[in-house]
This record gives sequence, structure tokens and C-alpha cells, in this order.
Amino acid sequence: MFDRDNWQEILATLRNNKLRTTLTVFGVFWGIFMLIIMLGSGKGLQNGVEQNMGDLATNSCFLWTQRTTIPYKGFPRGRFYNFRNSDTQALLDNIPEIEQIAARLQGWGGDGANNAVRGLKTGAFTIFGDYPAYNIIDPVKILSGRYINKLDIKYKRKIIVIGTRVVDLLFEKDEDPLDKYIRINGVYFKVVGTFESKKAGGQAERENNNIHMPFTTLQKTYNFGDIVGWYSLTADKKVKVSVVQDKAIALLKGRHSISPDDDRAVGHANVEEEFKKMTGLFLGIKGLTWIVGICTLLAGVIGVSNIMLVIVKERTKEIGIKRALGATPIKIITQIISESLLLTATAGYTGLVFGVGLVELINFALIKYGANSEMFKNPEVDFKIAITALIILIFSGIIAGFIPAQRAIQIKPIEALRNE
Amino acid sequence: MIELQKINKSYQVGANSLHVLKGIDMIIEKGEMVSIMGSSGSGKSTLLNILGILDDYDNGKYLLDGKLIANMSEKKAALFRNRHLGFVFQSFNLISFKNALENVALPLYYQGIRRSKRNKIAYEYLDKMGLTEWAEHLPSELSGGQKQRVAIARALVTNPSVLLADEPTGALDTQTSYEMLDILQDINKSGITVIIVTHETDIAERTHRIIKLKDGIIENFSKN
Repeated sequence: MFDRDNWQEILATLRNNKLRTTLTVFGVFWGIFMLIIMLGSGKGLQNGVEQNMGDLATNSCFLWTQRTTIPYKGFPRGRFYNFRNSDTQALLDNIPEIEQIAARLQGWGGDGANNAVRGLKTGAFTIFGDYPAYNIIDPVKILSGRYINKLDIKYKRKIIVIGTRVVDLLFEKDEDPLDKYIRINGVYFKVVGTFESKKAGGQAERENNNIHMPFTTLQKTYNFGDIVGWYSLTADKKVKVSVVQDKAIALLKGRHSISPDDDRAVGHANVEEEFKKMTGLFLGIKGLTWIVGICTLLAGVIGVSNIMLVIVKERTKEIGIKRALGATPIKIITQIISESLLLTATAGYTGLVFGVGLVELINFALIKYGANSEMFKNPEVDFKIAITALIILIFSGIIAGFIPAQRAIQIKPIEALRNE
Repeated sequence: MIELQKINKSYQVGANSLHVLKGIDMIIEKGEMVSIMGSSGSGKSTLLNILGILDDYDNGKYLLDGKLIANMSEKKAALFRNRHLGFVFQSFNLISFKNALENVALPLYYQGIRRSKRNKIAYEYLDKMGLTEWAEHLPSELSGGQKQRVAIARALVTNPSVLLADEPTGALDTQTSYEMLDILQDINKSGITVIIVTHETDIAERTHRIIKLKDGIIENFSKN
């Protein structure tokens, strides 16, 4: 199959019809090019949206308090209530499927009003009281120092971990924020760590504006008593987070004299469900991409097959001569199929290279001009996908050559030679 | 050598069946030089196709070198043609994008002979035809006589036992035609059976025997 004479002939025929050959292979080129571009863009979209969530645990949910909507046990509707520290322990004791639980609280200020001061510099930041577990549920990237630890919680240490924007606003450019003090709502806190958000766009901006302090410290400093703002929790890998969420809600309702039928008293959000919707969406996009890509490719392959039929027709006589001289049918078939394979493989490979090139170029431009956004980031083509595309190509090349090859061997030598 | 017994052949033309060969009986001995004559439509081309295993026959018997040629698979027929038969056509039928040497070497390629070896053999046969100077030329750069000599070299390169020539002089002028016939006679003298289909009497007269076909049957055999 790979001998010189065979390829010499193939190249000779293709060279004789440069324009026709070019137009034909363009179909295949375009098919694979579009497939790669679409796959790359789809991946970019996925990367963007996934980045938006950072490393937020996909098996997590959030619970917060809202006003009750149903009168129950003598309480009127519209009642406010609070989660308490004892709820945290109750949740841990009664629901073994909880993997991580982080009670959270937010300090005052930050919404426009400056709440942090350092020397002459001031800023408005969001203050959170957190447990170490929170950095497992929705992690940030620690740039220097450390995150809150158990001892901080136990001794209610006045320490904080601050985001990059806080660093930018309260410190000089080359200043090391570690072990410096910041006054927050009148109380001094020591900086023990700095972090950067793992998310993108506006989400990241918000996160970098955060200050985290030990949950117990915040409770004490801000006179929250034993009030818990809200819970972030993750489920054991073996159970669905929605199951854990339902159990937790039921437990909390019982502890706070809320009607079991009151669906709105305990606010909740479930990342798993959101994540599932998104995964489904991207699966859909990917599926659609493949369908469109394969169909475009198919159109190209049909074009090649068609032109191979024309080539066979044109070379009827030549094929006849060869068969009279002793070429076996398998020789003829091999030749036609190699020809079609060469066409599709060359065109497809070019399309692949161009497609990957363009995707990489877009990626490069996005990075260079900082245009990666919440919706689109780092378009890329999976190496596996590229290989799959190549295999599809080789197969389609063989298929495209098959019908013309069949036609070629059906030509009787005499008919070919009579065709003067 | 070649033995035909009651060969029948008909073609399907639309709804009608055209009976082309109506029982051909003949024997061609080894080393003979025979011409087949007949007007167009007499079935001489069909007969040549059957002799060359380029076409099947409906019934009868065809023995080549004592071997029954019937219902051969395409692959077998191709191999048989390659080893035992040489073809020369009226329109030369050289492959246009191959040079003279490559054209001659083509049958050897189908035998799977190495490139250097088959080019060497092909060169010898071109030399016999006095065409070594033209070895690297494409068919379009050759005259009619030269093309036909390349075609003859190609037919002989596998050292066949039978050479089948379909109107070998049909596209050539008289002078060249005679030269071609000299070549064919030389080939015949080397022991190869030569069968020429022609409608030119002067060509036919230079063979040992003329088989006249008319309306699908053999009208007569005549010896020169």
C-alpha cells in the first residue's frame, strides 16, 4: 500500500486537478475546523462558568433564617428567629452524613460605610466570622500566612485573614501585611494571612474585599451572644446533599418551634442542584457541538466520495488497462481508498491544526488583554478530542473511498478499453 | 495450445439479447501466428476478449495451455493475464502520466517485483524495441510507432506465452504498420503465439493462418 508507485499515481491525479482537489478537501477541512472551534468555545464557556464557582464544594448547601410564614405552637406568623451555637452541635450530633459544617456570621459595615482603619488609610470591607471548615467548603487561595485555625476559635483570638483588595487599600505597595494591626469597628485585629479568590470576574472582586476572623471572636466583638448567622455545610460523598439539607431543615424547624409545613422559614440553597443544571447544560452544548460537527464533516466526506466517483469515471480506461495488465481488484481498491484517505486526512489534519491554532490564539489574546470573563475563559481543545477527531477522519476517508472503489472494480476491463 | 469448443456469447442490449458468438470451434497451436478477420459486428473483438480472459463466455469450453478457463474470479483472471498473456491495443493504451520505462515495468509491478529489478527488466525490453533513448519520455512525447513499440515491450515484459493484438496497426500509417508486423513476426519466431485481430488484408496475409469470422461463426480457415 505504501509503495512509491502507488503514491506517485495518487499525487499525479490530484495534481492534475488542483482546483477540484482543493475545493473538495475544503469541505472536510471546514468540517473539522468548525468542530474544533465549537468544542474549544464550548470548553471556554464551561471553564468560565466553572471558574465562577471557584473551588466551591459541589456537594454543599447553605441554610439561613427567614421570617416564619405559618403560626405554630402559639407563635404568630412573621416571627424572626435566630440559629444558635447549640444548633451547630445538634446538627453534628443528629445528622452523621454531614461532612463539614461551618457556622457563619457577618460583622457590621462594609456596605459603603468605612469600617476598617489603618493609620490614614480607611476602607469598607465585608467582615465574616468563620470556622476553619469554611475554607474547605468554599476555599480561597492563601497567598501568605495562614487561615483561621481551631485555637483561634477556642481562644477567640483577635486575628484576621484579609483579601487582596483589603491589602491594596490599607497597605503600601511593598509593605508586608502580616503581623500588622487593622482597626475594625474600633477594635484592633492582627493580620495573620492574606488570600486571593479562586473565582473570576465580579465574584472574585467581592471575595477579595472580604475580611475573615474567627467565628467566636466575631460573636464576642459584635455582641452576637450565641447567634449564628447562617450555615454552610457539605454532605458525605455517599449521600446527596439535598437529603442532608432536608434533614437539617427538619431538625432546625423542630428546635425553633416552626411548623413542619413552613417551607419559607429556613432559607436554603443547594450547590449540587445548580451544578447539576450546569453540567447538564454543558453536556447539551457538547452533544450539539458533536452533532453539528459530525454533520458538517459528513457533508465534506460526501463531497470527497462524490469527487472520487468522478475520478473513477475519468480513469475508467486507465483502470481497465491496469486490470488487463494484471492488476488485481484489491490493488485497484487499495489505490482508490488510499487516494481518498490522503485527501481527507490531509484536509482534516490541516483543519485540526488551524482549528487548534485559532483556539490557542484566542486563548492567548484573552490572557494577554485580560479579557477572560465570568462567562468565557481559557478556550481549549482536549488532546483526546483531537485524537478522536483524527480517528473519525481516517474512518471517513476509508468510507468515502469505499463506494468509488466498489464502482471501480465493477468496471470490466473490456468496457473500459472500448470506451475510446 | 489454445482450444475453443462451441463457444457461445450473447450480450444483453436493453430487452433484447444479442447473440454475438454462435459456437466457435478452433485450435491454435503453440508458436502459431494467426490473424482473425471479419467485418465490424462479426464478433472478432468479443472473441479476442474471451481469449484474453477479459470477458466470460456463456457456454462451451476454452482451454489455454490445457487449462480450462471458466468462471475465474477477477483476482485469478488478473494473475493469469499477467503471467500468460500480453496485450497490444489499437489505441496503445499507455498510462499517460507514466514514462515509457514505467509503462513497460507496470505488469512487473503487479507481480510484486522490486522497483530496481523491474526497471532493469523493462529497460532490456525497451532496448529490444530500440527505444532506450526514450525511456524517460512520457507517451505524449512519442510518435504513434514508438508508442506501439512501448506497448509491445509492455506486453512482452512478463514473458507471456500468447500475445493478443487488437488492431495493432489500426492507428498507424502503412510504413509503420509493416515495421510493426516485422516486430510481431520476430516475436513469433522466438516461440510466442501471436494472435492478431485486424481488418486489413495485407496485414493478415503475413500471418500463418487467417480465421475469418462472419456473424458470430467461423466462415473459413485459410493458410497463407
